This record gives sequence, C-alpha cells and structure tokens, in this order.
Amino acid sequence: MAAPIDLHEVAEREREARFRTRWRVKACASTACMSAGAGATLAALQEACEDEDLALEVQVIPTGCMGLCSAGPLVKVLRRGGDTHMYQKVTPEAGIEIVHSHVDNEQDVPAYKLDEDIPFFTSQQRVVLANGGVIDPDRIESYVAHGGYLALEKALTTMKPKQVVDEMRLSGIRGRGGAGYPVASKWSLLAAADDETKYVVANGDEGDPGAYMDRTIMEDDPHRLLEGVSIAAYATGATEAYIYVRAEYPRAIERLDRAIRVARRNRLLGRNILDTKFSLNIEVRIGAGAFVCGEETALMASIEGRRGTPRLRPPYPTEAGLWGHPTMINNVETLANVAPIINNGGEWFASIGTDKSTGTKVFALAGDITNTGLIEVPMGTSLRRIVDDIGGGVPGGKAFKAAQTGGPSGGCIPARFLDTPVDYESLRELGSIMGSGGLIIMDDGVSMPDVAKYFMEFSMGESCGKCVPCRAGTVQMHNLLQRIVDGHGTRQDLRDLEHLCTVVRDASLCGLGQAAPNPVLSTLTYFRDEYEQLIGVEVSHG
Amino acid sequence: MSDTTTRRAAETSNRQQGHPSGDDRFELVDKHMKRGRYAQDQLIETLHVAQDVFGHLSEDVLIYVAKALRLPPSMVYGVATFYELFTFDPPGDHSCTVCTGTACFVKGADAIVQGVSTKYEVAAGQTSEDRSLTLKTARCLGSCGLAPVVVFDGVVLSHQSVESALALVAGAVGGGS
Repeated sequence: MAAPIDLHEVAEREREARFRTRWRVKACASTACMSAGAGATLAALQEACEDEDLALEVQVIPTGCMGLCSAGPLVKVLRRGGDTHMYQKVTPEAGIEIVHSHVDNEQDVPAYKLDEDIPFFTSQQRVVLANGGVIDPDRIESYVAHGGYLALEKALTTMKPKQVVDEMRLSGIRGRGGAGYPVASKWSLLAAADDETKYVVANGDEGDPGAYMDRTIMEDDPHRLLEGVSIAAYATGATEAYIYVRAEYPRAIERLDRAIRVARRNRLLGRNILDTKFSLNIEVRIGAGAFVCGEETALMASIEGRRGTPRLRPPYPTEAGLWGHPTMINNVETLANVAPIINNGGEWFASIGTDKSTGTKVFALAGDITNTGLIEVPMGTSLRRIVDDIGGGVPGGKAFKAAQTGGPSGGCIPARFLDTPVDYESLRELGSIMGSGGLIIMDDGVSMPDVAKYFMEFSMGESCGKCVPCRAGTVQMHNLLQRIVDGHGTRQDLRDLEHLCTVVRDASLCGLGQAAPNPVLSTLTYFRDEYEQLIGVEVSHG
Repeated sequence: MSDTTTRRAAETSNRQQGHPSGDDRFELVDKHMKRGRYAQDQLIETLHVAQDVFGHLSEDVLIYVAKALRLPPSMVYGVATFYELFTFDPPGDHSCTVCTGTACFVKGADAIVQGVSTKYEVAAGQTSEDRSLTLKTARCLGSCGLAPVVVFDGVVLSHQSVESALALVAGAVGGGS
C-alpha cells in the first residue's frame, strides 16, 4: 500500500508554487459562468498565457463559483503579495486585454472592473463557500493548500468518535436540507446503533427548482464534501458511504467520481485512512429525475435500485435504513460545514448566526432581483438586507412583492415581513420554511395564484403516487387553482381548495405531500385579495 | 465485509454475454453490469448506461437488463417508468429543453414552451411528427441567474424570449408549420 499523503508537505509545496509567478489569474469555471461563456474565456486566457513571455509572469487557474452569477464570466487578477482586481462579463478578448494591461502596464481595466467593496460581497460571510473562486476544484493539492483534510487528520488522530459528535453538538448546527433537525442528534443515534454495517449518505438530490447550492459544493469543492462524509462516518462508526446525486448534475458526478479516485490514491479513503484504523468507502449513486427522492426513505429505495417511493417512519433510517442497516442521511451543505467545525471548534460555529440557528446559510438568489447568484450569510440576517443590500433591489423600477423560500414545500413572504431574520423558526412562523436555500424574488408583476398553481403543478407531477391524499389531492388542488386562475372559479372552489390543503397536509405519507399545500396556504394568507379578485368576489380589507 | 459485497459475490457467475442480434452496443451495457458485479442495486445506473448507448430504452433493452440482473421484467419496467429521465421513444434530430424552474417561471419560461409547442405542433415531452424536434421541459437547471434558460442541442442559452427561442429552433429545424 502506498504511503498516505503528507498534507503539510503538499500544502507547503502548493503555497510555494503560488508565488512562482508575479500574477495569478483566477477564472470562474462554475456552471453558471460556463453558461455565460466562461469556457471560451478560460481557454483564451490559458492559450495566451502559454506564450513564452507570459508563462513566466502569469498562471491561469480555473476556480469554482465566485457568487455573482449575473455578472459572469468572472475573472480575478491577483498580484503576488498584493492587490486583487475583480472583473465582470469577461469575454475572451476582454480577458486577454485585462491580462496584458496588468502585466505590461501595471494598469487595471476600469471598463470591466467589478468593485469588491459592494454590499453583495461585504455583507456575506463565507464558510461553506470559502473555497469558491479560490481553489481549482480538480486538484486535491489546491484544496489541501487551503487547509483541506486537516479536519479529517485532526479527528482521526486526536479525537475519539464521541468527541467529534460532541463538537458537532457544541456547534448547534441543524440540517441544511430544510427541516432543521439537530445534526448531532442524528449522529449520536447512528453512533449508538448496534450493527457491524452502518451507512452514511450524503443527500445531493437537490430538487427544489431555484436551488443550486449543493450542486455548487459538489462541483466546486468536492473534497470538502468527501472530508465531511469521512468525518461523519468516523464519528458514527459507519464503514460505507454513498453520495446520492441527481442525474441532472453530470458535472458534479464527474467531479465527485474523480475526487474519490484521487482521495483513494492518497489514502484519504479506502483502507486504513492516513495509516489509522479507520476505513471507509464512498460510492456515488445517481438519481434519475424524481423530486421525491430527496425524502430520505425514498432516497434509500433509490440507492437500492428501486422505485423511489417513501415509506412510513418509524422505523427511522438510523434504526433500519439501507438494506435494513442503520443509516444516516445528511444534506450536502450540512456535511460541507463539518470540516470547518472540526478545524475551528463548535464554539466558533455557534458564535455565528442566532442562538437557535447557528452558522451560515447558502442561498441561491434569483428571480426579479438585480444581483443574482449564490450568497452565504449568517443565520438571522434580515430578508431586507439580502434583498436590498446583497441583491441590489428589484430592477426595472418595479416594487418588491414577495420572497419565495423552500421551493414547492415553502411559501411566499410579503414585503411587510422583510425585516424578518432568516432562521428556521421565523420562516416557519410566516408559513414558509428554510428549505434547502432557493430564494426567489418576485416583483409586483407576478400573480400569486399563478405562483401557487406553478408549484402545485410541480408537486402534482412529482407525487410518487403511493398515498392517495398526495396523488389525488394535488391533482384536485391543481384543477381548482387552474379554474381560479382562468377566471372560472367560485367561492365554493376557494373553500374546497382551503379544505383540501388541510387534508393533504395532514394525511399525506411523506414530506412532499405534507408540504405541497404550503405555497397555496401562504399565498392565501398574504395575497388573498388576488384570489378574491379572480373569482369576482368583492375584496374586503380587514 | 458488508452485505453488499456478499450479495455481489453470489451474483457473478453464469451471465449472458452479448445480445442474440449481435448488436455490439450491448457489450457496453454488459461491461457496466460486470464492473458492478451484476449487483441488482445497480439497476438505475445500468439503465442510465443503456439509455446513453441506445438513446432510449426499448422493450428489448429492458428485458435484456432484467435477465442480466436477474430481476423480474415488471420491476425493471416499474423502475424505468418511475423516473422522469428515462425515455422510451427515440429522440428527434434536435432537442430543445426549456427550464421551468421557479426563476425561469417568474421570467416567462411558460410562454417559451407555449410558443415552441404551438409553432412546431409538439407537446412538451414529445417529439414532432417528422421527428425533427424533441421539446422538453426541465424542473430546474440551476442556472437561475441566467433565467429564462433554454438548452438547444446541449448548448445552454441564457436570457431567452419566445422570439429568440423560436429563431433558434427555426435555424436548425426550419420554419415549422
């Protein structure tokens, strides 16, 4: 067996290489920027810098997401030991112009300059996304140079499994998949389970439309996820792990597969990791387009190669999960928080955010808003700060109408609650949920019954059909909404709709059905007049 | 070690190799199943490979996979039809996928689907009669900052409108009826 990687030596070597050239150009090669043409920009930069003179002066590094996707392709120019310049909407020609301007004339190029002092950047706190725009996701050395795998080394060599769980408890971290269950409680349940075979599963079935934080983590920082999974397995006594990824994310699958191979080669996975007694295998499993597979029992059925239908709990997965063995399912973003928690301590993590919602949360900010992209803020940040400061407000002279969180399981929050802090409890009180982190801003041109119908169509299409309340209820609710939106609805339709909402919420088997009425209920609560107008009933303000 | 390993070990002998038709594309599917030691829990991955190889999942292919993994054809069919991404018809010459995620919805993706659907007489999820165009919708492509997004023949296009999408399709497929 080959010797394990020497993390400190690799990090040292990598840091030295960093100062080999006077300039470093980091080009965002994340999916959103790629769609905006970053591939051509990166290729042009790489080709230009292969030129003899430039090669001595500049190294070009492809990186993960820098956050402000609406300004892509993004490029950063860093001077050795000095200043950083960020550029937006960088075409291949612009990229070459920028490089030459810096290298030849020591001048920046104001035409493409993106000020890093704007609130979009300064109001964020990056923990999960700390490596985005910094490391090259395809090189483990790059991850290691930024402290990668030190948390795993620390856990394996200086901590007992129980101490790891205790550290997680101290951090107060709650599940980032949406429901907000305390992570340490899940970990200790699996740790306490008595079985030779135990599984840890990373849930990367990010199905909420409008959410892409998990994809970004898997694509842009795959080793961070592997490290989190490994620490979770060590803490809980698991010997095998799966990462379940949507098939719609081919790049994430490719990157993870590659990262797993590289980690194995470096003895960061497989047998006797880092020459300790701890062994672990991680396998990637691919979904095939079923939203319900984000539900943990459905996800396990899918990993076993079956139809992804949920089942009743109990037994909970930590009692009887994959192939009957104790299994723990954590969201990708949750697991991406593990390494920083182990490195910096649970107390550090708990100092970020609010008392009950600790740490940060990543949101995919999109819709009718000036700055769209991926943001990370401390829990408890107000919606207003996110919308106005970070998001730059609603464009086109229109007014903010609602913020949608939690996708088809969440709700719409109206303008009067913009000062609400974003944490698990506050959002639930408003009839929405934290969800996985989709945050869609809607301006006053958007019809709320239309939005409710849109999400109901989604839930109807994604209902797995196993239980009647969800299978039939979503169809009926969709029909009622369609009738109302078309202007043929009656007062009775509205009553039936509200009644069905309670039935489907209370009687459905899994979270998909239970939460499917949320978009209807929340729009009925805050935008009832729009429904009333559509059915021609006089609006009563009260 | 684990159950997975024992289950796999028991499943490796006496496998069919190749399809009676001699179609060597089946070898690619065989190769995948063999690498997974014919584990039955590899069904979804195997169907992905088969669809990549053949473009769609025909009855013949489904039965072939069922036999190889020793699963009842009903189960293979059940799994294949459960998941959205598996398709049972050959795709058209060109494919147009409109993202209908929330951000794209807010920015008017519905009108794009409607526009293409009406002009080329093809329902979402279907292929036009002359097999020139397959129109699809996607739940969310995760490029929400670029909404509305259309993927035409694998190329992601941002900030689309009904007009730009129709022009795109017309450029590849022709005028439409």
